[in-house]
Amino acid sequence: MNSFLDHTINGLIIGNIYALVAVGLALIFGVSNLINFAHGSVYMVGAYIGWVCVAALGTPLPLTLATVMAGCAVLGVAIERLGLRPLQGAPRIAPLLATIGISFVLDQLVQLIFSPDPRSLPSQLPSWRLQVGSGSIGALDLFVAAAGIASAALLYAFLRFTRLGAAVRATAQDRDAALQMGVDVNRVNQVVFAIASALGGLSGVLVGMYYNNIFPAMGFQATLKGFVAQLVGGAGNVPGAIAGSLLLGLIESYGIAILGTSYRNLFAFIILMAVLAWRPNGLFSAGRKLPPEPLTGTFVAPSRPLSVPRWALAAAVGAALILPLVWRDSYVVQTLTNAWLYGMLALSLTLVAGTAGQMSLGHAGLLAIGGYASALLALDLGVPVPLAVLLAGLITAALGTLLVFPAFRLRGHYIAIATLAIGEIVNLVILNWEGLTRGPIGVAGIPPLELFGQPLVDAASVYWVALAVMVGLALLQWRLTQFHLGRTLRAIREDDVAARAFGISLNRYKGLAFAVSGFAAGLSGAITAHMYSYINHETFNTQISVLALTMVILGGLGNIVGAILGAVALIGLPELFRGLAEYRMLVYGLVLLLLVRFRPQGVMGTV
Amino acid sequence: MSLLEIVNVTRSFGGLTAVDGVSLTVAPGELVSVIGPNGAGKTTLFNLITGLDAPDAGEIRFEGRSIGGLPPERLAALGLARTFQHGRVFANLSVLDNVLLGAHTRLRAVRPQVPLVGPLVELALALVRPASVRAEEQRLRDEAREILTLFGERLLPRIDQPAYSLSYANRRRVEIARALALRPRLLLLDEPTAGMNPSETAEMLEIIRALKARGLTILLIEHKLELVMELSDRVVVMDDGRVIAEGAPELVRNDPAVIEAYLGHSTIGEAADAAPRELEAV
Repeated sequence: MNSFLDHTINGLIIGNIYALVAVGLALIFGVSNLINFAHGSVYMVGAYIGWVCVAALGTPLPLTLATVMAGCAVLGVAIERLGLRPLQGAPRIAPLLATIGISFVLDQLVQLIFSPDPRSLPSQLPSWRLQVGSGSIGALDLFVAAAGIASAALLYAFLRFTRLGAAVRATAQDRDAALQMGVDVNRVNQVVFAIASALGGLSGVLVGMYYNNIFPAMGFQATLKGFVAQLVGGAGNVPGAIAGSLLLGLIESYGIAILGTSYRNLFAFIILMAVLAWRPNGLFSAGRKLPPEPLTGTFVAPSRPLSVPRWALAAAVGAALILPLVWRDSYVVQTLTNAWLYGMLALSLTLVAGTAGQMSLGHAGLLAIGGYASALLALDLGVPVPLAVLLAGLITAALGTLLVFPAFRLRGHYIAIATLAIGEIVNLVILNWEGLTRGPIGVAGIPPLELFGQPLVDAASVYWVALAVMVGLALLQWRLTQFHLGRTLRAIREDDVAARAFGISLNRYKGLAFAVSGFAAGLSGAITAHMYSYINHETFNTQISVLALTMVILGGLGNIVGAILGAVALIGLPELFRGLAEYRMLVYGLVLLLLVRFRPQGVMGTV
Repeated sequence: MSLLEIVNVTRSFGGLTAVDGVSLTVAPGELVSVIGPNGAGKTTLFNLITGLDAPDAGEIRFEGRSIGGLPPERLAALGLARTFQHGRVFANLSVLDNVLLGAHTRLRAVRPQVPLVGPLVELALALVRPASVRAEEQRLRDEAREILTLFGERLLPRIDQPAYSLSYANRRRVEIARALALRPRLLLLDEPTAGMNPSETAEMLEIIRALKARGLTILLIEHKLELVMELSDRVVVMDDGRVIAEGAPELVRNDPAVIEAYLGHSTIGEAADAAPRELEAV
């Protein structure tokens, strides 16, 4: 029982840190109804600014913190001004995608400047500790708590007692009305971003000192934890965000004590799913909300799709078929094989995100299920590889749909968060369920693809299998989205209230879309597994989900030819500029940003 | 037997009682209008009837069966179709697709009512597309065109254009066409002429009149009183969540309670016609 106090204190400290992030997210969401995925990157930049101050410049603690907060505030304002203000008229999900692009760019920039390796961030506080119960509290713990409380108090005072604070609250309640009352809404947005980013940066440097460790990828987890905390408390609700953060910190702390550190993130995501499933308005409200008027929530930009004549498509497929015979460079063949596999993923994603309008950021999780299912069926049960691949597709269809099912009642950006969390949960379960998946060791010795009992080991054979499966899936999807099924899915995308009013059961058709999508993604993951012969929980990560989304938007949401084109472009073109391999992720982030801003309907147009 | 029976229905949002013990009936073939000042609770009433919201108290019966609290999908299958106050068409879909979607509940060949594996059967049928499925699709397309001829040359020439490219009036017409594709037993129209100019309103009047002549039962929310008076068999007046008057159009129009609800105070209504009064010298 002594350690209970220990874990409680630990949980509250961690919760305080999360609160600094969550409050920023809540402020931004409250004022501009925006899910800011770039917040974690600002937090990470804060940690690195702190490192520069401490390790390179040796500044005293107050100056370090001031620099971090000022630097991040400037970054936040820049993000708002350059990345988000131009998107004001766009559908709500456009800024979310833009912030994803921004976070990619920031993460990669820092990685390029500082290297992806973790580095230590020593705390500049004295190292005494106070005995409390059977544990102890250090100066840093107290400082984090003090910082959290002080920030909350200052923020409260600002919002409650200053004119600008009142303007912020007014804009959060009703932006148009505030505008009419003479509130400079743009300035309010900038102030909010500045404050939120400063708090995020502060949190980053404190976390860095607390764990004596910073690394460029640390932002992503912070963003997700911040979301969980925010959603638990009620989106946009600042006190709720603080309460949610403390709750999250406590649950994580107790959970780690009972189950071990590797489960830490799993808790956050499971809480997220639970909240989204049962209490999407947060734990502290019980509202039965009526759906908003149309033209909200989805991303599809109106456009006329470019129509490609059938003979051109047939010629393209023919050219792709004979390519390995004509161009004997195995590197090119392998790159294109990769492109076909991504093409399957893009097809799968364009069906749910494009045709059905359900923005999914967790499709890599489907790849993982497919890859592991096929690998384990072949290795552990001796199933012949072709059958294993097919079964993997079906398993992914069923399991994937089941996993996303709790999120079906969500709309717009909440689906994006939910699917992101589900993707993470899949990978975490794979990591932790060692009995089934061999845990962090991964699965090695996966048998290669085979046809009629003959193993396919040369690049050309694998290429043809991948191409054939992709073309087959494309034809399947094209056929399915004609006539009644296609227009029913699109109706759900366009206006789900009107769709329900005309008898369309949302669960049924979302389920169908995710099932077909899961089948395609599962096949892709399975073929990848047999091709690589080794996979682990990091093979199919969130970056792949975002990359797939970029491909789909590039090609045009819902556009089948566009999805394949997007895959070939984003896989093939960087290989042409091989010297720029390091910058690939940076380029992907920029491409996403530019697309969202200037050509949301993609190259081929939305369907 | 009445087609629709609303018995003492109440719905509150926090401190505000939007619908307060409202009762009304609609007989088959009738056109009943619900009128009243803004905020009277008309659209909330519609939402309660069509399943977008559930009543806190009271009963709603359609063809004798209780439908209060049923989801909108079930009500559509029972033959209830509606249009929305601000015109919710499927913006990126063509006019034809919009109307075809109205007929979703009537799909039988491609959407058999099989328990459990129904969705998979539907998927298989959409993939294989046997003759019965293709015939049904063709039949629905022909019916959709027929429905669009009701609107003269307004929609047919634009049948393949996306709905967002249509004028506001045309979008509202598409909404009605979509509702008709459901072959409704009861059609609920929420301010079908909102935002329309007099000539568009007159056109819409003729369309609704034609629908009524075909025997369609219609429940109408409207603000334009000339329209209401011309079309309605009965008028129900709401104010502040309650029914304040009900009856034949001519009776309701002269009811003092109705005049007061719309115009404020009855004497002000009379004074507006009279010559302006001289201000009295102090």
